[in-house]
Amino acid sequence: MLDSAERDITFAQAIREGIDQAMERDPRVIVIGEGVPDPKAIFNTTAKLQGKHGARRVFDMPLSENGVTGVCIGAALSGMRPVMIHQRIDFALLAMDQLVNNAAKWHYMFDGKASVPMVVRLIVGRGWGQGPQHSQSLQAMFAQVPGLKVVMPTTAYDAKGLLIAAIEDNNPVVFIEHRWLHQIKDHVPEAYYRVPIGHAKLLHEGDAVTVAAFSYMAVEALIAAKALMSTMGIGIDVLDMRSVRPLDLGSVLSSVRKTGRLIVADTGFRTGSIAGEVISQVVEQAFGALKAQPVRVASPDHPVPSSPFMAEEYYPWAQTIADHVLDLLQADRSTSLYQELCGRMARKGPHDTPNLGFTGPF
Amino acid sequence: MKKTDQTALFRSMLRVRRIEEALADRYAEQEMRCPMHLCIGQEAIAVGVCAALSSHDVVFGNHRAHGHYLARGGNLNAMIAELYGRVTGCCGGRGGSMHLIDLGVGFMGATPIVGGTVPLAVGSAWAAALMGEPRVSVVFFGDGCFEEGVVHESLNFAALHKLPVVFVCENNEFSVYTRLTERQPDRPIYRVAEAHGVAACAGDGNDVEAVLSIAQAAVAKARQGEGPQFIELKTYRWREHCGPSFDDDLNYRSKPEIESGLKDCPIAKLLTRLKHGNVIASSEVSRFEAEIREEIKEAFQFALASATPSPKAAEERLYA
Repeated sequence: MLDSAERDITFAQAIREGIDQAMERDPRVIVIGEGVPDPKAIFNTTAKLQGKHGARRVFDMPLSENGVTGVCIGAALSGMRPVMIHQRIDFALLAMDQLVNNAAKWHYMFDGKASVPMVVRLIVGRGWGQGPQHSQSLQAMFAQVPGLKVVMPTTAYDAKGLLIAAIEDNNPVVFIEHRWLHQIKDHVPEAYYRVPIGHAKLLHEGDAVTVAAFSYMAVEALIAAKALMSTMGIGIDVLDMRSVRPLDLGSVLSSVRKTGRLIVADTGFRTGSIAGEVISQVVEQAFGALKAQPVRVASPDHPVPSSPFMAEEYYPWAQTIADHVLDLLQADRSTSLYQELCGRMARKGPHDTPNLGFTGPF
Repeated sequence: MKKTDQTALFRSMLRVRRIEEALADRYAEQEMRCPMHLCIGQEAIAVGVCAALSSHDVVFGNHRAHGHYLARGGNLNAMIAELYGRVTGCCGGRGGSMHLIDLGVGFMGATPIVGGTVPLAVGSAWAAALMGEPRVSVVFFGDGCFEEGVVHESLNFAALHKLPVVFVCENNEFSVYTRLTERQPDRPIYRVAEAHGVAACAGDGNDVEAVLSIAQAAVAKARQGEGPQFIELKTYRWREHCGPSFDDDLNYRSKPEIESGLKDCPIAKLLTRLKHGNVIASSEVSRFEAEIREEIKEAFQFALASATPSPKAAEERLYA
């Protein structure tokens, strides 16, 4: 009600605002992570929180990912609502025991007598030579575990709303942020609001092809959608999936029943990806609606190397998606219109930064 | 110590022993279809430590948790029903022997991933400290658990934040069939905990009065804000790692060693002391035996008369 009509802030600022407002409203919310109160403040997503909410609610942590995850679970079982943060999702692999064996199962194995309301924020790295251990996108690994919820917001609006929903949720929620989204700006209400977990959002509408995209790939899909429409008049549905578990298959199915063609654009490795899971479920439930074979757009089945020369062609992008759209439609790629399409999508600047102005930290 | 307290310790240990013996006797019927780790021979630790706690303190256990659960006052019917996989079980049949819970008495949960509950107890103590509640958290674990990284991470965190948690290491010398000397260098476990900045001591885990006195001191210090406490208590596992039987035939420990282990029975030790001091009469022991026998009989009847859950129910309770 008090929202400024057009207040645009970044994804990182939206995250910070979401935590801040959740802490104002609920004294049980505490925040812990390596670097939370330091000068860089987790890419500014936790800036000044310790000053405002005090050292009894905002903590740095020893480098004990598994132990401190367990500590957070124990605190959650005893009435707190911890938000734990890892600057790279890769670090959370050290905490898989506590996340998978305890957080995900506590409510189930103890017959619903207790639950673990906690949020684990994980950041996917990319670019500037992050290399094999600082740039994995492991949402499929977490989403495979019953008892966890997994979300991946793309816009600043959803980042704040989904984070608040995650903090209010009585279950462990894995909240995955792509580092290349942190500086994206869009309209974010100043009010406290929730975006419900488990619902995809339609970012672009069209009849030709359905692109179900996760996290940063929704940005690339949207670039492709706009270029396809403006150059060739091809309309595609772009669904920002937003949640990985639960998956909003209903939205994908209704779009596929309209278009008959499906591309799933994922930030993770191809094999065992969520893209593969979405396609499996669509094939199981709407095989007859498909006019062509579904397509996975995902990272190659090898780690990303550090060298910018070797990493140059690693990540699929808008062009990859647009090419698959044209192939599904059996459209000619040898035309001048195609050249124009490519020109519209062409990236400016080096391939290993999100945009020209971005100089890190990565 | 007051005579009534000594008698209560005796009765509590005897009860755990007789319950587990009854479980062992009926295990071959194959109706309790879950792995079971008995604490026979180790009862003094659970009983002595739990006797040092207040009603609002909380306890976490591990895979060998019948003693922890029962000594803390966990509901016997719900435990036996859990072993039989019934809806009235403490986990509604989802957990079995390795997952026990009774929140009504502050038994927060026991789980079988070694080291799994150690940081949880620290987290519970952290919450108590943040909320300004005078609660102490206790976690039981074995000597094998001390080899897990998460235990050292937990000790570090607890010491850093001076949390009201008591770590109870039940050193029974074996991790499954592997002897302590095969797994750790020759140095006292508790001294490593001490090096983390945690107050630590060791004691005879088969002397329940000694356990109680060590635990009382540790719990008092933790409650007064002196930070985490670590207790290493030596004991001996009488039966096989998992299952109802003695396992002398496996030859991983010598006959004389087993005999000396069995001779150091915590229950017999206390009974001798109590009889010697005229604290307890044989008639009282017989009365306890009869009461416990009746309680066990009723618990088995309760479990076996309880409904079985439907396969469909397996899908429920995934999310809160």
